[in-house]
Amino acid sequence: MQNKYLVAVEGSEGSRRAVAHAIERAKASHAELLLVHVIDWSPYSFHTADELSARHKRREEELTRARDVVLAPITKMVEEAGVQSTAEVRHGKGAETLAALAKEQDVAQIIAGRSGESGVSTMLFGSTSSKLVQISSVPVLIVP
Amino acid sequence: MLFRRLLATFAVFAALASPAFAGIDDTINSITAPIAALVGQIVFFKVPVFGAQLPLVVLWLVVGAVFFTLYLGFVSIRGFKHAIELVRGDYSNPNDAGEVSHFQALATAVSGTVGIGNIGGVAVAVTVGGPGATFWMILAGFLGMSTKFVECTLGVKYRQENPDGSVSGGPMYFMRDGLAAQGRVGLGKFMGTFYAIGIFIGALGIGNMFQSNQAYVQLNTVAGGALDGYGWLVGLILAGVVFSVIIGGIKSIAAVTEKIVPLMAVLYCTFAIIVILMNAAYIPAAIGNIFAGAFTADGVAGGALGALIIGFQRAVFSNEAGIGSASIAHSAVRTNEPITEGYVSLLEPFIDTIVICTITALVIGTTQVAAPGFAGDATGVAMTSAAFERQISWFPYVLAIAALLFAFSTMISWSYYGLKGWTYLFGEGTQTIYKLIFCAFVALGCMVQLGPILDISDALVFLICVPNILALYFLAPTVKREMKSYLDRIKSGEIKKYGA
Repeated sequence: MQNKYLVAVEGSEGSRRAVAHAIERAKASHAELLLVHVIDWSPYSFHTADELSARHKRREEELTRARDVVLAPITKMVEEAGVQSTAEVRHGKGAETLAALAKEQDVAQIIAGRSGESGVSTMLFGSTSSKLVQISSVPVLIVP
Repeated sequence: MLFRRLLATFAVFAALASPAFAGIDDTINSITAPIAALVGQIVFFKVPVFGAQLPLVVLWLVVGAVFFTLYLGFVSIRGFKHAIELVRGDYSNPNDAGEVSHFQALATAVSGTVGIGNIGGVAVAVTVGGPGATFWMILAGFLGMSTKFVECTLGVKYRQENPDGSVSGGPMYFMRDGLAAQGRVGLGKFMGTFYAIGIFIGALGIGNMFQSNQAYVQLNTVAGGALDGYGWLVGLILAGVVFSVIIGGIKSIAAVTEKIVPLMAVLYCTFAIIVILMNAAYIPAAIGNIFAGAFTADGVAGGALGALIIGFQRAVFSNEAGIGSASIAHSAVRTNEPITEGYVSLLEPFIDTIVICTITALVIGTTQVAAPGFAGDATGVAMTSAAFERQISWFPYVLAIAALLFAFSTMISWSYYGLKGWTYLFGEGTQTIYKLIFCAFVALGCMVQLGPILDISDALVFLICVPNILALYFLAPTVKREMKSYLDRIKSGEIKKYGA
């Protein structure tokens, strides 16, 4: 297992708190951070042929936007704190994708904010963070 | 803005909706009927075989499908399991997440083919060709799987990336570039252009007028004939909705249909199975009729061969194998292995013809045994609707909505196929002209009766099969090579499942 923590990154305030906490822990244990942003996507959705033909282009745009708008400021924040980090953008379902990546990269633990989702869908299906707790194969730390 | 102006136009038309306008339908019918007859005669040039009239173009398609089935060693059976593994994502690299998945390509292609043909076309086949036509429809569906395999593989292999990052593909591209690679530059160019013109006109027929026509017929049946003579009004409204999606860019309507259509398909099949089970006592007799009719067909013009011709004709009309339209839809997938799209596309004729059409045929077949002559003079969707109504009194309303949605999603899919033909000919800059023409034909579709309209759209779609199958013959060795190399690499473990 590597001395590396996976941090779930979104644009939200809760996610920033999680990153701040991750920085503290990384400093204390000389760990590095893997900053991950997941773009919600399902291979089982339905689209028109027109949308499919433009999909590759759309995906590139989504990746660029995620790197520039979501990950860049966080990476800067981590760097300024003097912690080593790498950043990664993935398409998929939040919890499943984070758990899979944690396994793939052999990280020590996952650190995530308590996601800002609310309302009916959370009541029915649970939030990303609670799902993550259930399916992850490494320890998960949820920052309130 | 344009949309709002169009709505205003509708309001004016609605206000003018007086019986005097009913004459429009008849006028248009009297103009189109002779054209339909002429086009039909040319495309369906028939040769008499043992007393039946065999259209050469049907023979062309059947021979092609049989050839590809044999040439590729029954890939439709041997590749079936692999097709399902691909759709399930077993072989999808997680790093490619966010690109078009095999499932999405399949779903889009299926929603283009699952349409009124599955509800109404089967009824037409059974009316004209007797129960035995069902047997030949299923066989045609099975053979068509191999044709699709070839055309969809080639569609992906020779697709073209546009400067804006979107992709265009389909038979016109594999004809032009695939044949050029064999040194047949002139032939490839000619066939590509011919196909592009054909798919454009075909999009206005099978993918447009026939759909809106059947949607109108179904609505009118449910409304108890209250819409008689108002075909033009229904047509204008439908055209308005299509306009709002393909020109107005109202994505939400498209998004809603794309989600509801699969749900409708599942609902349709579920209720169909319920109706079949309610007629359980008649299932053996209905299946017996299908087999008996397939080989002896009494009372069908041309006997068993007549039933075979009708069955094959309807099957192609429903699953579009050999037309090349699915090849256009599948081209959007970004894969290093074009052959994988071939495998996935095997499932289309299977879902469309072998599953859904068979279910419809059994609904009609069991009802025919239980209550001969239940539908009166009704044909097409109206006949299927009557069969459902016998068991579930309110189902025609659901069917009307399903038919409308199927028609709509098929129109949206075909608007794209036609568009690709058009832009192949005239470049990407002239899309709006095409889209306006397309909308006009949606309205026109509701104004003509089923007879001439079915003949025109049938004829046009069969016409583009000619160059398409020809190109598939030329390029089949390429597909076979790719398939062999792919299978070898799976065997050697070079290509393996992810996450296993």
